[in-house]
Amino acid sequence: MKTKLTLSKEYIKGLWENNPVFKQVLGMCPALAVTVSALNGIAMALATTFVLVFSSLIISTFRKLIPSQVRIAAYILIIATFVTLVDLIMKAQFPSLSKELGPYIPLIVVNCLILGRQEAFSSKNTVFRSVVDALGMGTGFLIALFVLGGIREILGSRTILGLQVLPDFYEPWLIMILPAGAFLTLGFLMGFLNTYTERKKRLEREAILKKHIKPISDTPINTVEA
Amino acid sequence: MELILIFFSAAIVNNFVLAYFLGICPFIGVSGKISSAFSMGLATTFVMVITSIVTWLIYHLILVPNGLEFLQYVSFILVIASLVQFVEMFIKKVSQPLYRALGIFLPLITTNCAILGLALFIVLKEYTFIQGIVYGVGAGAGFTLAITIMAGIREELDLADVPKPFKGAPITLLVAGILALAFMGFAGLISV
Repeated sequence: MKTKLTLSKEYIKGLWENNPVFKQVLGMCPALAVTVSALNGIAMALATTFVLVFSSLIISTFRKLIPSQVRIAAYILIIATFVTLVDLIMKAQFPSLSKELGPYIPLIVVNCLILGRQEAFSSKNTVFRSVVDALGMGTGFLIALFVLGGIREILGSRTILGLQVLPDFYEPWLIMILPAGAFLTLGFLMGFLNTYTERKKRLEREAILKKHIKPISDTPINTVEA
Repeated sequence: MELILIFFSAAIVNNFVLAYFLGICPFIGVSGKISSAFSMGLATTFVMVITSIVTWLIYHLILVPNGLEFLQYVSFILVIASLVQFVEMFIKKVSQPLYRALGIFLPLITTNCAILGLALFIVLKEYTFIQGIVYGVGAGAGFTLAITIMAGIREELDLADVPKPFKGAPITLLVAGILALAFMGFAGLISV
């Protein structure tokens, strides 16, 4: 098993290093479906975080009582309970938002991100750690959805969070708010993020190599390639 | 006639994967080879059809008469989880190679949003029993179609020179975007 991380690291790893959408490719359905605008993305991410945190809390509390054969069913039931709660609250408090997100709120039940965290983390760690981890993952999800929704909203309808940011002569790209735009935006975003991280990794590797390996001689080491 | 419309609407115009973003996980995960993608599609279709039957019955015969509609998510997901378990046992018994090829993604049908999404859409659109079944078949056919096309493209893509950072999920998403664009061409065909 890995060495234990400090609590703050446990939180931060969800933001970038293990970002649920960009790095783990989990929770794609809501990430693609509701990010027509930044606001929808935020609402979705907050609802997901709520469910994630509370189900982590409950599951890590009862982790020693749940028999491992029926754990998946138990997890899903707990998650579904909280999703019902969120759905009812949203319907009562934010009816318009709830209507816009439509069936994607109940679909939080089957968000792989939530079940994945329970299986990989909450079932093995203490209550406090699990909640911190859930908060981190939720924030990472929020960042991803906000970025995705922001880009699509700016390019697709000239606005962000309802405020116009691009001038009127800019013709909105209708494609961005259509399903195809979601796939293309996320695909390019992930590709560029990979480019960035790989470049960073390569530079780091080269820096380490330079520090430790002195150029010995001009003769190449691998001359055995007959 | 109306049933035919529902079928094509679910399968092509409002394709579950490319228009509603349901079932993205297996769409990206299992679309490496045509054969396994096709069997994944068939397994999903099978679960979808049974789900549409069972959840319709549960919703209209048990939940609505007792005023328990708020229990729909919990009961739907339970039904789906046990159905998937059943299909898994069945495939394991019938075809070992297929069972191994589908691997982890078989139990993941449970958390395939397409299945629960189907059950929710049937409730939302207030379909009758028969309409619900047809919708389920259509959605399954659409899923199979999308994932098989995707697998076909990805088999060719293996030979292409994709930039390294774009390998895997990113290029799959881009291809899916282009596929979604193509499917948009059907948009005016049927309006249901």
